[in-house]
Amino acid sequence: MARGEHDYDDIPGTFVFDQQRSRQGYGINMFCMSLMQDENRKAFKADEAEYLKKFNLTPEQTEAVLTRDYNRMLELGGNIYFTAKLGATDGHSFRHLAAVMTGSTQDDYASMMLGGGRSVEGNRSKSGRFDKPAGVAAKSRAKTAGARKAGKAKAGSKPKTRAKTSKKSKK
Amino acid sequence: MARIIAGVASSHVPAIGAAIDNKQTEEPYWKRVFSGFETSKEWMRQTKPDVCIVVYNDHASAFSVEIVPTFALGCAAEFPPADEGWGPRPVPVVKGHPELASHIAQSVILDEFDITVVNKMTVDHGLTVPMNLLFGSPAAWPCPVIPLAVNVVLYPPPTGHRCFMLGRAIRKAVESYPDDLRVVIFGTGGMSHQISGPRAGLINSKFDKAFLDNLTKDPQKLARIPHLEYMREAGAEGIEMVMWLIMRGALDDKVDEVYRFYTVPASNTAVGHIILENRAKGAKPAGKRKAAPAKLKRAAARAKVERVHS
Ligand SMILES: [Fe+2]
Repeated sequence: MARGEHDYDDIPGTFVFDQQRSRQGYGINMFCMSLMQDENRKAFKADEAEYLKKFNLTPEQTEAVLTRDYNRMLELGGNIYFTAKLGATDGHSFRHLAAVMTGSTQDDYASMMLGGGRSVEGNRSKSGRFDKPAGVAAKSRAKTAGARKAGKAKAGSKPKTRAKTSKKSKK
Repeated sequence: MARIIAGVASSHVPAIGAAIDNKQTEEPYWKRVFSGFETSKEWMRQTKPDVCIVVYNDHASAFSVEIVPTFALGCAAEFPPADEGWGPRPVPVVKGHPELASHIAQSVILDEFDITVVNKMTVDHGLTVPMNLLFGSPAAWPCPVIPLAVNVVLYPPPTGHRCFMLGRAIRKAVESYPDDLRVVIFGTGGMSHQISGPRAGLINSKFDKAFLDNLTKDPQKLARIPHLEYMREAGAEGIEMVMWLIMRGALDDKVDEVYRFYTVPASNTAVGHIILENRAKGAKPAGKRKAAPAKLKRAAARAKVERVHS
C-alpha cells in the first residue's frame, strides 16, 4: 500500500515513526531488539546477512541494515530507539549516530551542539509555508527575524554553529 | 488523605545517566548540567515526599514494538533497572507503592482513562536519570515510586490535552486515598531535541523557554499544542514534552515556581527542569486552614524564585 500523506511530512529531515512505518518496520525493530542479548550480538557479528534472515526483512531493509544506512532504516520503518541498539552493537552512542544521520563529521556535529544546536530557523518546513514560529513560541517571533537571516543550518547540509549560544547555559 | 504537594519536570537524557555511571560529573561539560540540580536536590531533601509518581517513557527497554500501551501504570512492588544493552544501570531497584498505584488505577479507569496495569516491568533511563538528578546516587531510593510509562515513541502519543486531563484524574485519585501521604509527581523527557534523521541536533530554546513560562502560568495553553507543532518546533523527539502536562494537570491551577534550570546541550538535547509547588503545601487540608492573603503569598513566591535564580 502506498504511503498516505501526513501534515508532518512537511518537516524537513524527519521520518516520523507512525503506525504505517511501525508495521512496515516491525522486522527491523525486532531485529534491533534482539541485539539486547549478548549471544545474539555475537551471532549477528559472526554472519550478519545470515542472522538477518530470521526477521523477514525486505531486500531494501536488509541492505539498509548491512550498509548501516541509518536514515534509510528510519524511512523503511525503523525507529531510532531501536536502531540505536544496532549502533551500540557497533560501539556507537546516540550522538555518534545523530552525526552520521546528518551527514556531518563527529567534530562538526559536536561543535554545532556546543554552539546551541541546529537552529530551527530554516528547518521548519520543506514547502516553506510554515517557516515562521507558530503557537506557543510565536510571541518571540519579532526577535527571531534577525536570527533567521544570521544562522541557517539546513537539515542535511554541513552544520553551522549558531551565532548566539544559549545565554541560559551560562547561568 | 493523600495530597500532591509539588511537581517536578526534568529531562531524562541517557548520556546524563552514563556520565553518572562513568563518574564524569566533575568534567566541565557535565558539571554545567549537574550544577543546575544542586538546589533541586536540597529542595527534595527538605520536601521529603512519602511517594513519587514518575511519568516517563520507555525507550525500547521494557516495551518493544510487540505491545505499545499508551499509558502503563506500574503497580508492582518493585521495578528493577532495565538492561539497555550495556547491562542494567548501577542504580537501586525502584520500590513501588502497589496500594496507592492500584487505587489510582481503579480511580482513573472509572474516570474514563483506560490505562494499562503493569505488574512486571523494568525501568530504563527515562525514569532512573531524573531520580538521580533529584535524589543523587543513594544506596536505596528514599521513597517508593509509582512509574507511569507513556508511549511517546510510536506516533501518535496521547495529545497534550489528554495528558493534562489524566493528570487531573490522578490528582483526584490521590486525594481519595485514605492514608496521609505527601506525593510529588514528576514529568520527564524533553526539552527540544531531535536525535533521528538529517535534522538531528535541532534545539529551539525559544520554544523551550515559552514552554517553561506557560507551564507555570498558563498550562491550558500548552495543552492545546498540536503534535505537529512539537515536532516542527521542538524536534521529532521533543514531543516527549506532553508528559510534562500530566504532571502539571495533577497540580493546582495556580502554583509557585520555586526553581528553574535550562542548559544546552546534554548530548543531543536541551536540558530543562522546573519545580512547581502547590500553594497548600504543608498546610492542613483545605477548609481547616486559614487562608493567607493572596498578595503576601505571591510576594513570598517571588522572593523564593529570585533567591534560587541568583
Ligand atoms: Fe525519552
